Amino acid sequence: MKVTVDMGLCQDHGQCAIAAPLVFRINDEGHLEYDGTPDESERLNVEEAADVCPVQAILIED
Amino acid sequence: MSGSAVAVVGGSLAGLRAAEQLRIAGHTGPLTVYSAEAHLPYNRPPLSKEVLADPDLADAEAMVARLAFRRRAVVEDVDFRLGAEVTAADLATGKLTLGDGSGESFDGLVVATGLRPRRLGCPGPVAGRHVLRTVEDCLDLRADLAPGSRVVVVGAGFIGCEAACTLTTLGHRVTVVEPTGAPMNRVIGPELAVAVQQHHEAAGIAFVIGPGVSAFTGTDRVTGVTLDDGTHLPADLVVEAVGSVCNTEFLAGNPGPDLTDGVLTDNRLAVVGVSNAVAVGDVARFPNPLFDDVPRRVEHWSIPTDTAKRAAATLAARLRGDEPDPTPFAPIPSFWSDQLDLRFQSFGSPALGPEIRLEEGDLDHLTAGVLTTHHRDGQHVGTIALNLPPARQRQLREAFTAVVPTA
Repeated sequence: MKVTVDMGLCQDHGQCAIAAPLVFRINDEGHLEYDGTPDESERLNVEEAADVCPVQAILIED
Repeated sequence: MSGSAVAVVGGSLAGLRAAEQLRIAGHTGPLTVYSAEAHLPYNRPPLSKEVLADPDLADAEAMVARLAFRRRAVVEDVDFRLGAEVTAADLATGKLTLGDGSGESFDGLVVATGLRPRRLGCPGPVAGRHVLRTVEDCLDLRADLAPGSRVVVVGAGFIGCEAACTLTTLGHRVTVVEPTGAPMNRVIGPELAVAVQQHHEAAGIAFVIGPGVSAFTGTDRVTGVTLDDGTHLPADLVVEAVGSVCNTEFLAGNPGPDLTDGVLTDNRLAVVGVSNAVAVGDVARFPNPLFDDVPRRVEHWSIPTDTAKRAAATLAARLRGDEPDPTPFAPIPSFWSDQLDLRFQSFGSPALGPEIRLEEGDLDHLTAGVLTTHHRDGQHVGTIALNLPPARQRQLREAFTAVVPTA
């Protein structure tokens, strides 16, 4: 699974870090860091993260 | 009965998520989403903010391309019928009537019709008066603006305030009229509301708090707004942000459902009085055991996705002849609002809590961060975070996951 976040759209809402904390994380500066190639076992959480992103910035490619 | 047909009436966020979740819940029969809008489901909150402010998004297609929701692969075989408004549903016979007079049938129904903006009924011209819910609304508003337009925003809820802030940033002269008190006070509480009003006033937004609108002046189009204390506010255009009306008329005449305020459901989103229908999103009035057993509609951005997931599981079980999952459904409502240099984050239902505690920050320095918790009868029911770091959200939200549902 390949995950891409459009950093031009991302507004650091942090909802993804609640839905999929092993893949997305807000760093100490308040900005998003993420694992672009998470394990398949994280798929449900990543789908959930993409759903709850307020600006729809998360793209999942299979 | 795997071949049973499900009709999802309403093609916005809640309708899309319901279709996805029905497939995930194992419904393999025909699935049709009927949307009154001409576009695939898209994200509405940016319409009062960044999309309103972006002149490069010059037409509906460009806006929808920017705002369209990602659709999961599981809805590849779902029939999205755009521009297909459902005008009536007969729940006893499973028949839908569409705007063009044609009929369709269903075995299971998802009510996902949402809301439309309430309009002011006062006398006066119609031209120059706007609302903000669809891409067309946003385009119409933008097309009506000229440099330095005088705009009266009626209603100081979240959408009214967001529109006022965006229009001010774009250089327009904005006055907000609100009869019920300082902006957003019903949700954020009166003291924070007054502080936010002062913050917005410092940026050039005028507020008239107290009087309501009694008439619009002008002949062919609006030239101003007359308030019920006799004040006249000149205006080149008006934005009406005075709440919403539930799109439930298509269900009128059926003996089962309670349509008093949206569609009454049980805690599993099954429409009360109807065996084969669920309701999702803004229009669903359901009890949330996080708070109490009173059914309420919740117009928060997180609710369509949460209710769709549960409603789909309930409907799929019913169509199979199974009993739906009895686990209490206790979603944590949340939403955000961006206004000038302020970002509001809400968790739970702060409007339910009359006792408000300022936990962090200083109401004279909002941009530095403020945290309020809202309580009712000793129970923490809501949280408002203003300009707090996003890394704090998880902890703020988890305050509610720790609450054991009482139902």
